[in-house]
Amino acid sequence: MNRSILQVEGLKTSFFTDDGEVPAVDGVDFSVEEGEILGIVGESGCGKSVTSLSIMGLLPSPPGKIVGGHIYYKGKDISHAKEAVMRKLRGNEISMIFQEPMTSLNPVFTIGDQLIEAIRLHNRLPKKELVSRAIELLKLVGLPRAKEMLSQYPHELSGGMRQRVMIAMAMSCNPKVLIADEPTTALDVTIQAQILDLMVRLNRETKTAILLITHDLGVVAQVCKRVVVMYAGKVVEEGKVKDIFNHPKHPYTEGLIRSIPDLRSKKARLYSIKGSVPKPGTIKKGCLFAPRCEYVMDQCREREPELTGTGHKSRCFLSHDRLERSSAYD
Amino acid sequence: MTDPLLKVENLKKYYPVKNGILGKVTETVRAVDGVSFSVNEGETLGIVGESGCGKSTTGRMIMRLIEPTEGKVTFEGKEVLNLSRQEMRRLRKDIQMIFQDPYASLNPRHTVGRIIEEPMIVHRLGNRKERKQRVEELLELVGLSAYHAKRYPHQFSGGQRQRIGIARALAVRPKLIIADEPVSALDVSVQSQVLNLLQDLQEKFHLTYIFIAHDLSVVRHISNRVGVMYLGKMVEISDSETLYEHPQHPYTKALMSAVPIPDPDNKTERIILPGDVPSPAHPPEGCTFHDRCPFAMDICKMERPRLKKMEDGRLVACHLFDDRQTADVAGQ
Repeated sequence: MNRSILQVEGLKTSFFTDDGEVPAVDGVDFSVEEGEILGIVGESGCGKSVTSLSIMGLLPSPPGKIVGGHIYYKGKDISHAKEAVMRKLRGNEISMIFQEPMTSLNPVFTIGDQLIEAIRLHNRLPKKELVSRAIELLKLVGLPRAKEMLSQYPHELSGGMRQRVMIAMAMSCNPKVLIADEPTTALDVTIQAQILDLMVRLNRETKTAILLITHDLGVVAQVCKRVVVMYAGKVVEEGKVKDIFNHPKHPYTEGLIRSIPDLRSKKARLYSIKGSVPKPGTIKKGCLFAPRCEYVMDQCREREPELTGTGHKSRCFLSHDRLERSSAYD
Repeated sequence: MTDPLLKVENLKKYYPVKNGILGKVTETVRAVDGVSFSVNEGETLGIVGESGCGKSTTGRMIMRLIEPTEGKVTFEGKEVLNLSRQEMRRLRKDIQMIFQDPYASLNPRHTVGRIIEEPMIVHRLGNRKERKQRVEELLELVGLSAYHAKRYPHQFSGGQRQRIGIARALAVRPKLIIADEPVSALDVSVQSQVLNLLQDLQEKFHLTYIFIAHDLSVVRHISNRVGVMYLGKMVEISDSETLYEHPQHPYTKALMSAVPIPDPDNKTERIILPGDVPSPAHPPEGCTFHDRCPFAMDICKMERPRLKKMEDGRLVACHLFDDRQTADVAGQ
């Protein structure tokens, strides 16, 4: 039986701005199991990145603040942990990689300096061992000429290589969980394929659980076993990737899947979800997706549905499988 | 067979790299290195490739927003590169462009009405009243409302801004629209709205599109024909059905296999290319793809392959297809 290593329960994160409180994440629940790759998918503004920053304790504060819920790492609540506790956790237990590898590396230090610093902060080792550990890490992420690379600067590397360095750094202390926030969005497809391949291999070899945050359903289908779909700060669907892609329960998930042009066959016309994502906090009553939903019913505008189901969960009053009905549109 | 609307022949853009106090040219970046294609009236030609392959430069050179180093561009029989500034400005009424970033391509200090009206003022179309009416018409056409004319760009979402960009391009009733990554800054659900709009407008006004993008799925969806670029060169051009069902060039194959398919049951074998795209300042000798190509032969290191016509009508630049026998080997 898989054990959950990271649990997020009813997480609420708000930003306090001049215009009042903006709820970016509004009651998110999910758990990451040991050694799995869990995807969080959603469009811009759905709160997926804020969720990951909340977990890492990296929210810009002020204006950001966790206003409710819990984050359990190995059973301990870290949602309001002290900075000293978080610093021990970050890197050692949970580490993170970001979308833009150029801005996450310091341009005036060599790759070696930065990588060795990361290792040294967590393991006091003699210099020689630090260097050999750094070389070992660069080799682990598939970088050739690892030794020479230690004395190179970030600008001398391509985007794909920089992201590999970031992954090496994140893996330097054998974390239990790696949070990857849009790790391949800034990369070209052929390089994206290399990086995704690397992440899957590391997951298999080191048993590090990966929380992969992305907007790309293709990446989710290819890499993840389970996925959480977010919309406007809430989880709208959760389950096994196979179930969600083949039998989406929530109209939003279904709409998203049908909106993507298919590389393998040409559709005459794409399905499109009408309207756009609501600004956080503007919908006060009912289901957040109701104004854009084509199956909307009276009760959807009145009260908000709960996230229900076992295994495959959905936040929608329509609990039945709508796939047959939707195929009529294609 | 009628003449194509636009014909591009051997188009090149070289950027000199200057070094030292004397500003001596030490090397040349070959951003676009001999690209040829034609676009027929009413069709959509997709151009795909990874960053730095020269697809955007190619698009801009057609409008002479970037002056080509060499080559020939013919639009409706006119040689575009020989036109004077004034003649060029007149031609831009027929060729319009839609840009990637809907945030950067609209003047934040102008109202939407003014933004859409401006090309009509430049090209002296109609009087003030007619133009105002046309702006309202255009706004409705792209799915916005007439009252939006009084608002400013920051009051709109990304998808709406892209609609404004489209309305502006349509204002002068162009024949050809060059769309450079028009949907890549948009979320999936909005992306499909804009793609559908582009298709509707094409049908309604018999528009011709050059659609430049890095997303292969989007390009397949919208294009009749597709050209694949790598390091400043066209490596394969074909009608999109043939290209996507049976890609021939090893780069096209690898590129397509690398696209993550939103289907967990998908069984396609991925070809993972080693390394990165080389710098266009120092492209490899011979075929520029040979150092990453799984099928590279000796000849590929020496001789640059030319675009050759295959039996099914497609054009491929690869030595594997110099004779039929090798073609079977690569056909898997």
